[in-house]
Amino acid sequence: MVFRKSSFRVTLLSFVSLLAIWYLVALLANSRIFPPPLDVLEVLLESIAKGELQYHIGHTLMRVFISFVLAMTVGIGIGIALGISKSLDRFFDSWLTLLLNVPALVTIILCYVWLGLVEAAAILAVAINKIPNVIVTIREGARALERDYLEMAQTFKLSRTVVLRHIILPQLAPYLVATTRSGLSLIWKIVLVVELLGRSSGVGFQLHLFFQLFDIASIFAYTLAFVLVIQVLEYGLLQPLERRISRWRR
Amino acid sequence: MAALMQLQVDISRKIFRSFEESGQIVALENVRFAADVGEFLCILGPSGCGKTTLLNIVAGLDSNFEGAVSFKTFVDTEHFVQDAYDHREKTPESSRGNSGSRDRELRIGYVFQNPRLLPWRTVEENLRLVLSSEQVQSGIIDKLLTSAELEAFRNTYPSQLSVGMQRRVSLIRAFSIQPDLLVMDEPFVSLDKRMEDNLHQVLLDYWHSSKPSILFVTHHINEALKLASRLLVFSSRPGTLILDIPVELTYPERNTPEIFRDFVTQLSEEYPEIRQIN
Repeated sequence: MVFRKSSFRVTLLSFVSLLAIWYLVALLANSRIFPPPLDVLEVLLESIAKGELQYHIGHTLMRVFISFVLAMTVGIGIGIALGISKSLDRFFDSWLTLLLNVPALVTIILCYVWLGLVEAAAILAVAINKIPNVIVTIREGARALERDYLEMAQTFKLSRTVVLRHIILPQLAPYLVATTRSGLSLIWKIVLVVELLGRSSGVGFQLHLFFQLFDIASIFAYTLAFVLVIQVLEYGLLQPLERRISRWRR
Repeated sequence: MAALMQLQVDISRKIFRSFEESGQIVALENVRFAADVGEFLCILGPSGCGKTTLLNIVAGLDSNFEGAVSFKTFVDTEHFVQDAYDHREKTPESSRGNSGSRDRELRIGYVFQNPRLLPWRTVEENLRLVLSSEQVQSGIIDKLLTSAELEAFRNTYPSQLSVGMQRRVSLIRAFSIQPDLLVMDEPFVSLDKRMEDNLHQVLLDYWHSSKPSILFVTHHINEALKLASRLLVFSSRPGTLILDIPVELTYPERNTPEIFRDFVTQLSEEYPEIRQIN
Protein backbone atom coordinates (compact mmCIF):
# COMPACT_ATOMS: atom_id res chain seq x y z
CA MET A 1 0.00 0.00 0.00
CA VAL A 2 1.53 3.31 -1.01
CA PHE A 3 0.18 6.38 0.73
CA ARG A 4 1.28 9.83 -0.16
CA LYS A 5 2.50 11.58 2.95
CA SER A 6 -0.26 14.18 3.08
CA SER A 7 -3.07 11.67 2.54
CA PHE A 8 -1.60 9.51 5.31
CA ARG A 9 -1.62 12.51 7.62
CA VAL A 10 -5.28 13.18 6.85
CA THR A 11 -6.19 9.56 7.56
CA LEU A 12 -4.31 9.64 10.85
CA LEU A 13 -5.99 12.87 11.88
CA SER A 14 -9.37 11.43 11.02
CA PHE A 15 -8.76 8.35 13.21
CA VAL A 16 -7.48 10.38 16.13
CA SER A 17 -10.43 12.75 16.06
CA LEU A 18 -12.87 9.83 15.92
CA LEU A 19 -11.22 8.37 19.04
CA ALA A 20 -11.31 11.78 20.70
CA ILE A 21 -15.03 12.22 20.05
CA TRP A 22 -15.70 8.71 21.33
CA TYR A 23 -13.69 9.45 24.46
CA LEU A 24 -15.47 12.77 25.08
CA VAL A 25 -18.95 11.31 24.60
CA ALA A 26 -18.10 8.44 26.95
CA LEU A 27 -16.79 10.92 29.50
CA LEU A 28 -19.98 12.99 29.34
CA ALA A 29 -22.27 9.95 29.41
CA ASN A 30 -20.31 8.40 32.26
CA SER A 31 -22.32 5.18 31.94
CA ARG A 32 -21.66 1.44 31.74
CA ILE A 33 -23.53 1.27 28.46
CA PHE A 34 -21.14 3.66 26.67
CA PRO A 35 -17.60 2.64 27.61
CA PRO A 36 -14.53 4.76 26.69
CA PRO A 37 -11.87 3.50 24.23
CA LEU A 38 -9.42 2.32 26.87
CA ASP A 39 -11.99 0.06 28.58
CA VAL A 40 -12.79 -1.50 25.22
CA LEU A 41 -9.10 -2.06 24.53
CA GLU A 42 -8.71 -3.72 27.90
CA VAL A 43 -11.62 -6.10 27.24
CA LEU A 44 -10.23 -6.79 23.77
CA LEU A 45 -6.77 -7.72 25.07
CA GLU A 46 -8.25 -9.83 27.84
CA SER A 47 -10.39 -11.73 25.34
CA ILE A 48 -7.38 -12.30 23.10
CA ALA A 49 -5.34 -13.53 26.07
CA LYS A 50 -8.03 -16.07 26.91
CA GLY A 51 -8.18 -17.13 23.26
CA GLU A 52 -11.94 -16.48 23.07
CA LEU A 53 -11.82 -13.79 20.39
CA GLN A 54 -9.71 -15.86 18.01
CA TYR A 55 -11.90 -18.91 18.55
CA HIS A 56 -15.15 -17.14 17.73
CA ILE A 57 -13.81 -15.01 14.88
CA GLY A 58 -12.23 -18.15 13.46
CA HIS A 59 -15.57 -19.95 13.48
CA THR A 60 -17.34 -17.01 11.91
CA LEU A 61 -14.71 -16.67 9.16
CA MET A 62 -14.93 -20.37 8.42
CA ARG A 63 -18.69 -20.06 7.89
CA VAL A 64 -18.20 -16.94 5.79
CA PHE A 65 -15.66 -18.74 3.65
CA ILE A 66 -17.66 -21.93 3.06
CA SER A 67 -20.94 -20.20 2.30
CA PHE A 68 -19.13 -17.69 0.09
CA VAL A 69 -17.51 -20.42 -2.02
CA LEU A 70 -20.82 -22.27 -2.24
CA ALA A 71 -22.77 -19.17 -3.25
CA MET A 72 -20.18 -18.10 -5.85
CA THR A 73 -19.91 -21.52 -7.46
CA VAL A 74 -23.66 -22.02 -7.81
CA GLY A 75 -24.32 -18.38 -8.68
CA ILE A 76 -21.65 -18.14 -11.38
CA GLY A 77 -22.85 -21.32 -13.07
CA ILE A 78 -26.49 -20.27 -13.13
CA GLY A 79 -25.60 -16.66 -13.97
CA ILE A 80 -23.63 -17.65 -17.07
CA ALA A 81 -26.42 -20.00 -18.20
CA LEU A 82 -29.09 -17.30 -17.83
CA GLY A 83 -26.89 -14.69 -19.49
CA ILE A 84 -26.29 -16.87 -22.53
CA SER A 85 -29.73 -18.46 -22.98
CA LYS A 86 -32.62 -16.10 -23.52
CA SER A 87 -35.29 -18.75 -23.01
CA LEU A 88 -33.81 -19.98 -19.71
CA ASP A 89 -33.61 -16.39 -18.59
CA ARG A 90 -37.23 -15.68 -19.45
CA PHE A 91 -38.37 -18.80 -17.58
CA PHE A 92 -36.36 -18.26 -14.38
CA ASP A 93 -36.59 -14.49 -14.18
CA SER A 94 -39.66 -14.49 -11.93
CA TRP A 95 -38.12 -17.11 -9.63
CA LEU A 96 -35.09 -14.88 -9.32
CA THR A 97 -37.20 -11.84 -8.49
CA LEU A 98 -38.94 -13.84 -5.76
CA LEU A 99 -35.66 -15.10 -4.28
CA LEU A 100 -34.11 -11.62 -4.36
CA ASN A 101 -36.95 -10.28 -2.24
CA VAL A 102 -37.25 -13.02 0.38
CA PRO A 103 -35.97 -11.51 3.64
CA ALA A 104 -32.76 -13.10 4.93
CA LEU A 105 -34.43 -13.88 8.23
CA VAL A 106 -37.09 -16.00 6.51
CA THR A 107 -34.49 -18.17 4.77
CA ILE A 108 -32.60 -18.61 8.02
CA ILE A 109 -35.70 -19.61 10.01
CA LEU A 110 -36.85 -22.03 7.30
CA CYS A 111 -33.43 -23.67 7.03
CA TYR A 112 -33.26 -24.17 10.79
CA VAL A 113 -36.81 -25.52 10.96
CA TRP A 114 -36.41 -27.88 8.02
CA LEU A 115 -32.83 -29.07 8.59
CA GLY A 116 -32.51 -28.59 12.36
CA LEU A 117 -30.06 -26.41 14.28
CA VAL A 118 -27.02 -27.79 12.49
CA GLU A 119 -23.97 -26.31 10.77
CA ALA A 120 -25.18 -27.32 7.30
CA ALA A 121 -28.44 -25.42 7.82
CA ALA A 122 -26.54 -22.30 8.88
CA ILE A 123 -24.22 -22.37 5.88
CA LEU A 124 -26.99 -23.17 3.44
CA ALA A 125 -29.12 -20.31 4.73
CA VAL A 126 -26.30 -17.83 4.19
CA ALA A 127 -25.51 -19.17 0.71
CA ILE A 128 -29.17 -19.04 -0.37
CA ASN A 129 -29.27 -15.39 0.62
CA LYS A 130 -26.27 -14.56 -1.51
CA ILE A 131 -26.88 -16.73 -4.58
CA PRO A 132 -29.55 -14.51 -6.25
CA ASN A 133 -27.22 -11.49 -6.08
CA VAL A 134 -24.37 -13.44 -7.67
CA ILE A 135 -26.71 -14.67 -10.41
CA VAL A 136 -27.94 -11.19 -11.26
CA THR A 137 -24.44 -9.70 -11.47
CA ILE A 138 -22.89 -12.57 -13.45
CA ARG A 139 -25.91 -12.71 -15.77
CA GLU A 140 -25.25 -9.08 -16.63
CA GLY A 141 -21.65 -9.94 -17.43
CA ALA A 142 -22.55 -12.97 -19.53
CA ARG A 143 -25.03 -10.90 -21.55
CA ALA A 144 -22.25 -8.50 -22.42
CA LEU A 145 -19.87 -11.18 -23.74
CA GLU A 146 -18.40 -10.13 -27.09
CA ARG A 147 -19.57 -12.29 -29.99
CA ASP A 148 -16.51 -11.18 -31.94
CA TYR A 149 -14.12 -13.06 -29.69
CA LEU A 150 -16.28 -16.18 -29.64
CA GLU A 151 -16.31 -16.19 -33.45
CA MET A 152 -12.56 -15.76 -33.48
CA ALA A 153 -12.31 -18.74 -31.11
CA GLN A 154 -14.54 -20.78 -33.39
CA THR A 155 -12.54 -20.14 -36.57
CA PHE A 156 -9.27 -20.91 -34.82
CA LYS A 157 -10.86 -24.03 -33.31
CA LEU A 158 -9.93 -23.15 -29.74
CA SER A 159 -10.83 -25.74 -27.10
CA ARG A 160 -13.56 -25.20 -24.52
CA THR A 161 -11.11 -24.77 -21.68
CA VAL A 162 -9.12 -22.18 -23.63
CA VAL A 163 -12.32 -20.28 -24.44
CA LEU A 164 -13.42 -20.34 -20.80
CA ARG A 165 -10.05 -19.33 -19.41
CA HIS A 166 -8.88 -16.80 -21.97
CA ILE A 167 -12.09 -15.39 -23.44
CA ILE A 168 -15.04 -15.79 -21.07
CA LEU A 169 -13.50 -15.39 -17.61
CA PRO A 170 -11.45 -12.28 -18.46
CA GLN A 171 -14.64 -10.60 -19.69
CA LEU A 172 -16.48 -11.63 -16.52
CA ALA A 173 -13.62 -10.51 -14.25
CA PRO A 174 -15.01 -7.07 -13.35
CA TYR A 175 -18.37 -8.66 -12.53
CA LEU A 176 -16.65 -11.34 -10.45
CA VAL A 177 -14.79 -8.69 -8.48
CA ALA A 178 -17.99 -6.70 -7.94
CA THR A 179 -19.93 -9.70 -6.73
CA THR A 180 -17.06 -10.86 -4.51
CA ARG A 181 -16.83 -7.52 -2.83
CA SER A 182 -20.55 -7.02 -2.28
CA GLY A 183 -20.75 -10.72 -1.41
CA LEU A 184 -18.31 -10.58 1.46
CA SER A 185 -19.97 -7.58 3.05
CA LEU A 186 -23.41 -9.15 2.72
CA ILE A 187 -22.36 -12.61 3.87
CA TRP A 188 -20.56 -11.64 7.04
CA LYS A 189 -23.59 -9.68 8.18
CA ILE A 190 -25.94 -12.60 7.56
CA VAL A 191 -23.55 -15.07 9.18
CA LEU A 192 -23.81 -13.11 12.42
CA VAL A 193 -27.60 -13.38 12.37
CA VAL A 194 -27.42 -17.10 11.66
CA GLU A 195 -25.05 -17.55 14.59
CA LEU A 196 -27.24 -15.48 16.85
CA LEU A 197 -30.29 -17.59 16.06
CA GLY A 198 -28.96 -21.10 16.13
CA ARG A 199 -25.25 -21.65 16.75
CA SER A 200 -23.17 -21.86 19.91
CA SER A 201 -20.00 -20.32 18.52
CA GLY A 202 -18.98 -17.36 16.40
CA VAL A 203 -19.15 -13.61 16.69
CA GLY A 204 -22.95 -13.56 16.33
CA PHE A 205 -23.35 -16.00 19.23
CA GLN A 206 -21.02 -13.91 21.41
CA LEU A 207 -22.84 -10.67 20.59
CA HIS A 208 -26.09 -12.30 21.61
CA LEU A 209 -24.53 -13.33 24.91
CA PHE A 210 -23.15 -9.82 25.58
CA PHE A 211 -26.53 -8.35 24.69
CA GLN A 212 -28.17 -10.41 27.40
CA LEU A 213 -25.44 -9.36 29.88
CA PHE A 214 -25.56 -5.71 28.74
CA ASP A 215 -21.80 -5.98 28.22
CA ILE A 216 -21.33 -3.11 25.76
CA ALA A 217 -17.54 -2.98 26.10
CA SER A 218 -17.31 -6.53 24.77
CA ILE A 219 -19.72 -5.74 21.94
CA PHE A 220 -17.50 -2.82 20.94
CA ALA A 221 -14.39 -4.98 21.22
CA TYR A 222 -15.79 -7.72 19.00
CA THR A 223 -17.09 -5.21 16.47
CA LEU A 224 -13.72 -3.49 16.18
CA ALA A 225 -11.85 -6.76 15.86
CA PHE A 226 -14.23 -7.97 13.19
CA VAL A 227 -14.11 -4.77 11.15
CA LEU A 228 -10.34 -4.97 11.30
CA VAL A 229 -10.32 -8.53 9.97
CA ILE A 230 -12.64 -7.58 7.08
CA GLN A 231 -10.42 -4.60 6.20
CA VAL A 232 -7.36 -6.85 6.14
CA LEU A 233 -9.21 -9.13 3.68
CA GLU A 234 -10.16 -6.13 1.53
CA TYR A 235 -6.68 -4.60 1.30
CA GLY A 236 -4.64 -7.76 1.54
CA LEU A 237 -6.66 -9.94 -0.81
CA LEU A 238 -9.37 -8.22 -2.85
CA GLN A 239 -7.57 -5.08 -3.97
CA PRO A 240 -4.34 -6.82 -5.08
CA LEU A 241 -6.50 -9.34 -6.93
CA GLU A 242 -8.43 -6.59 -8.66
CA ARG A 243 -5.25 -4.79 -9.71
CA ARG A 244 -3.84 -8.02 -11.11
CA ILE A 245 -6.78 -8.78 -13.34
CA SER A 246 -7.17 -5.25 -14.65
CA ARG A 247 -3.51 -4.64 -15.44
CA TRP A 248 -4.13 -4.89 -19.21
CA ARG A 249 -6.32 -1.77 -19.16
CA ARG A 250 -4.66 1.44 -20.17
CA MET B 1 3.46 -25.79 -45.33
CA ALA B 2 -0.17 -25.56 -46.14
CA ALA B 3 -1.80 -28.60 -47.59
CA LEU B 4 -3.10 -28.29 -51.11
CA MET B 5 -6.73 -27.33 -50.98
CA GLN B 6 -9.61 -26.80 -53.34
CA LEU B 7 -12.61 -24.80 -52.22
CA GLN B 8 -16.02 -25.20 -53.77
CA VAL B 9 -18.75 -22.68 -52.98
CA ASP B 10 -22.30 -23.30 -54.08
CA ILE B 11 -24.74 -21.05 -52.25
CA SER B 12 -28.20 -20.86 -53.76
CA ARG B 13 -29.60 -18.48 -51.18
CA LYS B 14 -28.84 -16.82 -47.87
CA ILE B 15 -31.66 -15.03 -46.12
CA PHE B 16 -31.68 -12.80 -43.08
CA ARG B 17 -34.96 -12.39 -41.27
CA SER B 18 -35.68 -8.74 -40.86
CA PHE B 19 -37.72 -7.32 -38.03
CA GLU B 20 -38.74 -4.20 -39.85
CA GLU B 21 -40.90 -4.35 -42.95
CA SER B 22 -42.11 -7.77 -41.74
CA GLY B 23 -39.98 -9.39 -44.37
CA GLN B 24 -36.70 -10.97 -45.12
CA ILE B 25 -33.53 -9.80 -46.73
CA VAL B 26 -31.89 -11.94 -49.38
CA ALA B 27 -28.22 -11.35 -48.74
CA LEU B 28 -26.75 -13.75 -51.27
CA GLU B 29 -28.21 -15.50 -54.27
CA ASN B 30 -26.66 -18.01 -56.68
CA VAL B 31 -23.06 -17.64 -55.64
CA ARG B 32 -21.08 -20.42 -57.27
CA PHE B 33 -17.34 -20.56 -57.72
CA ALA B 34 -14.39 -22.81 -57.02
CA ALA B 35 -10.99 -21.76 -55.81
CA ASP B 36 -8.15 -23.88 -57.04
CA VAL B 37 -5.06 -24.85 -55.10
CA GLY B 38 -3.13 -21.76 -54.01
CA GLU B 39 -5.31 -19.21 -55.77
CA PHE B 40 -5.57 -15.64 -54.49
CA LEU B 41 -9.18 -14.59 -54.98
CA CYS B 42 -10.25 -11.01 -54.39
CA ILE B 43 -13.93 -10.44 -53.92
CA LEU B 44 -14.90 -6.96 -55.02
CA GLY B 45 -18.32 -5.55 -54.34
CA PRO B 46 -20.22 -2.53 -53.07
CA SER B 47 -20.90 -2.14 -49.34
CA GLY B 48 -23.69 -4.32 -48.09
CA CYS B 49 -23.51 -6.85 -50.90
CA GLY B 50 -23.00 -9.74 -48.50
CA LYS B 51 -19.24 -10.13 -48.75
CA THR B 52 -18.75 -10.62 -45.01
CA THR B 53 -21.71 -13.00 -44.96
CA LEU B 54 -20.03 -15.06 -47.65
CA LEU B 55 -16.78 -15.21 -45.68
CA ASN B 56 -18.63 -16.24 -42.52
CA ILE B 57 -20.32 -19.05 -44.43
CA VAL B 58 -17.02 -20.25 -45.89
CA ALA B 59 -15.33 -20.07 -42.49
CA GLY B 60 -18.12 -22.13 -40.92
CA LEU B 61 -19.41 -19.34 -38.64
CA ASP B 62 -22.79 -19.23 -40.33
CA SER B 63 -24.43 -22.52 -41.23
CA ASN B 64 -27.91 -21.20 -41.87
CA PHE B 65 -27.99 -21.04 -45.67
CA GLU B 66 -29.17 -22.99 -48.67
CA GLY B 67 -26.38 -24.65 -50.56
CA ALA B 68 -23.05 -26.22 -49.82
CA VAL B 69 -19.45 -25.32 -49.16
CA SER B 70 -16.88 -28.05 -49.56
CA PHE B 71 -13.16 -28.47 -49.31
CA LYS B 72 -10.95 -31.03 -50.93
CA THR B 73 -7.63 -31.32 -49.23
CA PHE B 74 -4.81 -33.06 -51.01
CA VAL B 75 -2.42 -34.13 -48.34
CA ASP B 76 -0.02 -35.35 -50.99
CA THR B 77 -0.50 -36.42 -54.57
CA GLU B 78 -1.62 -39.94 -53.74
CA HIS B 79 -4.11 -39.44 -50.93
CA PHE B 80 -6.71 -36.82 -50.69
CA VAL B 81 -9.19 -36.00 -48.03
CA GLN B 82 -12.53 -34.40 -48.38
CA ASP B 83 -14.13 -32.24 -45.79
CA ALA B 84 -17.42 -30.61 -46.50
CA TYR B 85 -20.28 -28.96 -44.87
CA ASP B 86 -23.43 -29.20 -46.81
CA HIS B 87 -26.58 -27.34 -45.99
CA ARG B 88 -28.95 -28.22 -48.77
CA GLU B 89 -32.44 -27.92 -47.49
CA LYS B 90 -34.37 -31.09 -46.75
CA THR B 91 -31.31 -33.22 -46.28
CA PRO B 92 -31.19 -33.77 -42.54
CA GLU B 93 -28.02 -35.90 -42.62
CA SER B 94 -26.13 -33.12 -44.36
CA SER B 95 -23.97 -31.87 -41.55
CA ARG B 96 -20.24 -31.61 -41.74
CA GLY B 97 -19.27 -34.84 -43.35
CA ASN B 98 -15.95 -36.25 -44.32
CA SER B 99 -14.76 -39.23 -46.19
CA GLY B 100 -11.44 -40.93 -46.56
CA SER B 101 -8.58 -40.86 -44.10
CA ARG B 102 -7.83 -37.51 -42.60
CA ASP B 103 -4.30 -36.56 -41.83
CA ARG B 104 -5.37 -33.43 -40.08
CA GLU B 105 -8.23 -31.00 -39.92
CA LEU B 106 -8.61 -28.28 -42.48
CA ARG B 107 -7.16 -25.05 -41.14
CA ILE B 108 -8.76 -21.72 -41.86
CA GLY B 109 -7.07 -18.48 -40.86
CA TYR B 110 -9.54 -15.61 -40.54
CA VAL B 111 -8.32 -12.02 -40.59
CA PHE B 112 -11.27 -9.98 -39.43
CA GLN B 113 -11.98 -6.38 -40.30
CA ASN B 114 -11.32 -5.47 -36.66
CA PRO B 115 -8.21 -7.24 -35.43
CA ARG B 116 -10.16 -9.08 -32.69
CA LEU B 117 -7.11 -9.51 -30.50
CA LEU B 118 -7.86 -10.33 -26.88
CA PRO B 119 -7.15 -7.04 -25.10
CA TRP B 120 -6.37 -8.80 -21.80
CA ARG B 121 -3.61 -10.91 -23.32
CA THR B 122 -0.22 -9.73 -24.58
CA VAL B 123 0.80 -9.96 -28.23
CA GLU B 124 2.72 -13.17 -27.60
CA GLU B 125 -0.12 -14.71 -25.57
CA ASN B 126 -2.58 -13.86 -28.34
CA LEU B 127 -0.45 -15.85 -30.77
CA ARG B 128 0.30 -18.68 -28.36
CA LEU B 129 -3.42 -19.18 -27.73
CA VAL B 130 -4.24 -20.32 -31.27
CA LEU B 131 -1.28 -22.69 -31.54
CA SER B 132 -0.73 -26.23 -30.33
CA SER B 133 2.19 -26.85 -27.98
CA GLU B 134 4.17 -28.50 -30.79
CA GLN B 135 3.64 -25.45 -32.97
CA VAL B 136 4.79 -23.17 -30.14
CA GLN B 137 7.92 -25.28 -29.66
CA SER B 138 8.73 -25.08 -33.34
CA GLY B 139 9.65 -21.44 -32.74
CA ILE B 140 7.09 -20.09 -35.21
CA ILE B 141 6.11 -17.25 -32.88
CA ASP B 142 9.63 -15.80 -32.87
CA LYS B 143 9.90 -16.20 -36.60
CA LEU B 144 6.64 -14.40 -37.32
CA LEU B 145 7.24 -11.64 -34.77
CA THR B 146 10.61 -10.98 -36.38
CA SER B 147 9.23 -10.96 -39.90
CA ALA B 148 6.50 -8.50 -38.89
CA GLU B 149 8.98 -6.36 -36.92
CA LEU B 150 7.02 -6.86 -33.72
CA GLU B 151 9.63 -8.57 -31.49
CA ALA B 152 9.92 -5.53 -29.28
CA PHE B 153 6.20 -5.66 -28.58
CA ARG B 154 5.75 -9.30 -27.65
CA ASN B 155 4.88 -8.47 -24.04
CA THR B 156 2.72 -5.48 -24.93
CA TYR B 157 -1.06 -5.43 -24.59
CA PRO B 158 -2.95 -4.72 -27.85
CA SER B 159 -4.44 -1.43 -26.59
CA GLN B 160 -0.92 -0.03 -26.36
CA LEU B 161 -0.26 -0.70 -30.04
CA SER B 162 -1.19 1.47 -33.03
CA VAL B 163 -4.02 0.24 -35.25
CA GLY B 164 -1.53 -0.71 -37.93
CA MET B 165 0.44 -2.84 -35.50
CA GLN B 166 -2.73 -4.51 -34.20
CA ARG B 167 -3.57 -5.39 -37.79
CA ARG B 168 -0.11 -6.87 -38.23
CA VAL B 169 -0.55 -9.04 -35.14
CA SER B 170 -3.92 -10.21 -36.40
CA LEU B 171 -2.30 -11.01 -39.75
CA ILE B 172 0.52 -13.11 -38.32
CA ARG B 173 -1.93 -14.81 -35.97
CA ALA B 174 -3.73 -16.08 -39.06
CA PHE B 175 -0.38 -17.04 -40.67
CA SER B 176 0.80 -18.82 -37.54
CA ILE B 177 -1.61 -21.72 -37.80
CA GLN B 178 -0.28 -22.38 -41.32
CA PRO B 179 -3.75 -22.18 -42.84
CA ASP B 180 -4.89 -24.05 -45.92
CA LEU B 181 -7.27 -21.20 -46.56
CA LEU B 182 -6.86 -17.58 -45.54
CA VAL B 183 -10.10 -15.64 -45.26
CA MET B 184 -9.64 -11.88 -45.09
CA ASP B 185 -12.36 -9.29 -44.57
CA GLU B 186 -11.13 -5.83 -45.63
CA PRO B 187 -8.19 -6.29 -43.31
CA PHE B 188 -6.31 -3.15 -44.35
CA VAL B 189 -9.13 -0.62 -44.37
CA SER B 190 -8.40 2.83 -42.86
CA LEU B 191 -4.62 2.50 -42.86
CA ASP B 192 -2.32 5.11 -44.32
CA LYS B 193 -0.86 4.39 -47.75
CA ARG B 194 2.61 3.48 -46.51
CA MET B 195 1.29 1.02 -43.92
CA GLU B 196 -1.10 -0.45 -46.46
CA ASP B 197 1.68 -1.02 -49.00
CA ASN B 198 3.81 -2.56 -46.30
CA LEU B 199 1.09 -5.01 -45.26
CA HIS B 200 0.28 -5.87 -48.88
CA GLN B 201 3.91 -6.87 -49.28
CA VAL B 202 3.87 -8.94 -46.06
CA LEU B 203 0.78 -10.74 -47.31
CA LEU B 204 2.14 -11.35 -50.82
CA ASP B 205 5.45 -12.62 -49.45
CA TYR B 206 3.58 -15.05 -47.22
CA TRP B 207 1.38 -16.19 -50.09
CA HIS B 208 4.35 -16.74 -52.43
CA SER B 209 6.24 -18.76 -49.85
CA SER B 210 3.41 -20.84 -48.31
CA LYS B 211 0.82 -20.92 -51.09
CA PRO B 212 -2.40 -21.07 -49.14
CA SER B 213 -5.61 -20.32 -50.99
CA ILE B 214 -6.85 -16.84 -50.15
CA LEU B 215 -10.30 -15.25 -50.15
CA PHE B 216 -9.84 -11.51 -49.78
CA VAL B 217 -12.75 -9.11 -49.56
CA THR B 218 -12.36 -5.46 -50.51
CA HIS B 219 -14.28 -2.64 -52.12
CA HIS B 220 -11.24 -0.99 -53.67
CA ILE B 221 -10.51 -2.02 -57.23
CA ASN B 222 -6.86 -1.00 -56.91
CA GLU B 223 -6.29 -3.13 -53.86
CA ALA B 224 -8.01 -6.08 -55.52
CA LEU B 225 -5.94 -5.82 -58.70
CA LYS B 226 -2.73 -5.35 -56.80
CA LEU B 227 -3.17 -8.58 -54.86
CA ALA B 228 -5.42 -11.03 -56.66
CA SER B 229 -4.63 -13.79 -59.06
CA ARG B 230 -8.33 -13.88 -59.83
CA LEU B 231 -11.05 -11.28 -59.43
CA LEU B 232 -14.66 -11.96 -58.44
CA VAL B 233 -17.09 -9.06 -58.71
CA PHE B 234 -20.36 -9.01 -56.79
CA SER B 235 -23.50 -7.03 -57.49
CA SER B 236 -25.26 -5.08 -54.77
CA ARG B 237 -27.95 -6.81 -52.70
CA PRO B 238 -28.83 -9.57 -53.20
CA GLY B 239 -25.17 -10.27 -53.75
CA THR B 240 -24.52 -12.43 -56.73
CA LEU B 241 -21.46 -13.15 -58.80
CA ILE B 242 -21.39 -10.96 -61.94
CA LEU B 243 -17.79 -11.28 -63.04
CA ASP B 244 -15.06 -13.88 -62.60
CA ILE B 245 -11.80 -13.10 -64.40
CA PRO B 246 -8.12 -13.91 -63.91
CA VAL B 247 -5.79 -10.98 -63.24
CA GLU B 248 -3.10 -11.40 -65.83
CA LEU B 249 -0.39 -9.06 -64.69
CA THR B 250 2.82 -10.24 -63.05
CA TYR B 251 3.53 -9.04 -59.53
CA PRO B 252 6.64 -7.02 -60.48
CA GLU B 253 4.52 -5.26 -63.14
CA ARG B 254 1.94 -4.30 -60.52
CA ASN B 255 4.66 -2.42 -58.65
CA THR B 256 5.33 -0.20 -61.66
CA PRO B 257 2.80 2.64 -61.33
CA GLU B 258 2.36 3.38 -65.07
CA ILE B 259 1.83 -0.21 -66.10
CA PHE B 260 -0.55 -0.77 -63.20
CA ARG B 261 -2.57 2.37 -63.93
CA ASP B 262 -2.94 1.47 -67.61
CA PHE B 263 -3.98 -2.03 -66.65
CA VAL B 264 -6.72 -0.80 -64.30
CA THR B 265 -8.02 1.66 -66.92
CA GLN B 266 -8.03 -0.95 -69.63
CA LEU B 267 -9.76 -3.52 -67.46
CA SER B 268 -12.51 -1.18 -66.34
CA GLU B 269 -13.18 -0.21 -69.97
CA GLU B 270 -13.40 -3.83 -70.91
CA TYR B 271 -15.66 -4.72 -67.98
CA PRO B 272 -18.06 -1.87 -67.15
CA GLU B 273 -19.30 -3.90 -64.13
CA ILE B 274 -16.12 -2.96 -62.29
CA ARG B 275 -16.78 0.76 -62.65
CA GLN B 276 -20.01 0.60 -60.69
CA ILE B 277 -18.23 -0.51 -57.56
CA ASN B 278 -16.40 2.61 -56.45
